[in-house]
Amino acid sequence: MTIRASKLWLGYGVAMAWFFVLLWPLLGIKAEGLEFAESISIWLKVAVAAAILLGLHQLKQGGLFRFLEKPTQAASAAADALAARVPRWLALCAVAACALAFPMLTERYAHDVAISVLVYIILGLGLNVVVGLAGLLDLGYIAFFGVGAYTYALLSVHFELSFWLCLPIAACFSAIAGCIIGYPTLRMRGDYLAIVTLGFGEIVRIVINNWMSLTNGPNGVLGIKSPGAYWFKDGSFEHIWLNSLEQLYYIILGLAMLTIVAVYRLNYSRIGRAFEAVREDQTAAELMGVNTLRLKLLAYAMGAVFGGIAGTFFAARMKFVSPESFTFIESAMVLAMVVLGGMGSIPGVILGSLALIALPEVFRGFEMYRMFVFGGVMAVMMIFRPKGLWPAKRMGARSEERD
Amino acid sequence: MATLELSEISVRFGGLQALTDVSFRVRDGDIVGLIGPNGAGKTTVFNVITGVYQTSAGQVSYDGAPLRALRPHKILALGVARTFQNIRLFQNMTALENVMVAQHCRTRAGVLGAILRSPAQKREEAHIRQKSMEALEFMGLGGFAGEVASNMAYGLQRRLEIARALASEPKTILLDEPAAGLNPAESRELMHTIGRISDLGINILMVEHDMKVVMGICRHIVVLDHGVMIAEGKPEEIQRDPRVIEAYLGNEHQ
Repeated sequence: MTIRASKLWLGYGVAMAWFFVLLWPLLGIKAEGLEFAESISIWLKVAVAAAILLGLHQLKQGGLFRFLEKPTQAASAAADALAARVPRWLALCAVAACALAFPMLTERYAHDVAISVLVYIILGLGLNVVVGLAGLLDLGYIAFFGVGAYTYALLSVHFELSFWLCLPIAACFSAIAGCIIGYPTLRMRGDYLAIVTLGFGEIVRIVINNWMSLTNGPNGVLGIKSPGAYWFKDGSFEHIWLNSLEQLYYIILGLAMLTIVAVYRLNYSRIGRAFEAVREDQTAAELMGVNTLRLKLLAYAMGAVFGGIAGTFFAARMKFVSPESFTFIESAMVLAMVVLGGMGSIPGVILGSLALIALPEVFRGFEMYRMFVFGGVMAVMMIFRPKGLWPAKRMGARSEERD
Repeated sequence: MATLELSEISVRFGGLQALTDVSFRVRDGDIVGLIGPNGAGKTTVFNVITGVYQTSAGQVSYDGAPLRALRPHKILALGVARTFQNIRLFQNMTALENVMVAQHCRTRAGVLGAILRSPAQKREEAHIRQKSMEALEFMGLGGFAGEVASNMAYGLQRRLEIARALASEPKTILLDEPAAGLNPAESRELMHTIGRISDLGINILMVEHDMKVVMGICRHIVVLDHGVMIAEGKPEEIQRDPRVIEAYLGNEHQ
């Protein structure tokens, strides 16, 4: 056994010991006394599986699978060549067609999950403007989601304003909230900024929770209208409510597409470059003519606009909002999507939302271990792919890129 | 037309007197060298001019108007650009993008223009790209437009810094040790470049330790020591000035 291999097996031993130390207290320490059987049986299964994987890895290093290399390489090269030949718009069209056909091919439950994913995609892209582009860590982002949701909820319940009218109103309110929250933090950087935004996120939630006269406090707001539309029927236009899941799916799909286009274009514009300059080196950006305070405020406002749009839709879909939907864990979730997917990368954020919302639904069977696996996967990802699932494209081609 | 004037500038950081009554001018067509031993306050002068530090006394004026209390981006917009002693490029951006950022203050397009891709925004973007390419080509970096800044060789990064400053269409440029870390051939090339920048009608104020470069191209030299101006004049005069020799070499020399 070579030194390298023995080191590997030593690492395996340490990891398994660590795993046992983590596992046994959770399963083995009970009120009735200590118990080993269950934790050891689980531990053994994991250990054997890991040993097999490690063994396969060793054999691969040893060259046992070399006969497989050629065909796989050829296959991946062929796939690359195919991808290069297919123009980008065609690939995008294929994705769009899949997204459009999705409700016809699936049933209710899948629609529900898809709507959640799309809401989180908008949230993730909004936060991506703040965190990914401008480099401002925001731990209270969900507050804007809340502002948007409550704006529509209250306007709909008290004034019966339509969803489509409230969409821009809620976006404006969120942008204003973004500026209010952003303004005091403009001169802060790094850790301090994170703590302050965390505080602001909580303030918004607690205000919503306690402002009984306006928001009805923890009881929430009931009776929010669905989006309406005029539909041509029997020779005249008739007002209908778009409240089936399929209709809602198409609405949120449209909003998500608009968000993607908007964020993409913003990214490759003068403003996007200035955001990036601020993220890279704030002092140098200021000295190179970027009004950093204004740009940072703009980043908060832009992020908040998308948060508000997502919030408006959320309220319309649920027909009910309460402060519980806007807790810190939601902010953390959206931030996790951005980091997991790849900061500053639009496809990355989409993948991140899919991974964090859709995958847990697929693996509902393992519900008990969901958070455990979630934490483990995040740790592994950050070790092996710190730039995310689909890192932002930057290796030279970025500014040369055309539509 | 665009005289940069410092009159009796003093800067204090707590108990430390970084600059005391520094006054000099950079006139049209000038190439002024700012020299002095380490810690003499040369970079502080740059930071005062570009608005990073506030003065404790005295004022900087440009074109006759005081620069006091202007934020750095405004000062750049007025036409004073700078480079940095320790390179401060936007490391993860490409060379072209780095330079394009400098056009920010010369352009207008906002968020709506960007999202809607209005014709005005497209025109402006094309204009920015063209101006930036010109700046890159001026510095001989045309072939590196798509290169990520952190991947470029040190000498090229230095040139990129100058290209970035030039892309803001300045009337005065402040170069902070442009020759630091360059080999003799690159230094000669740099001197030639500085001459070309001057030919564009841009006034130059440079901090530099390489005396060959300073004496070779500067028309006027200001010497700082411990935050005090100890001499000012033509290169030949400075070379003979006993106070300058003392500041650089110490008393024993004489």
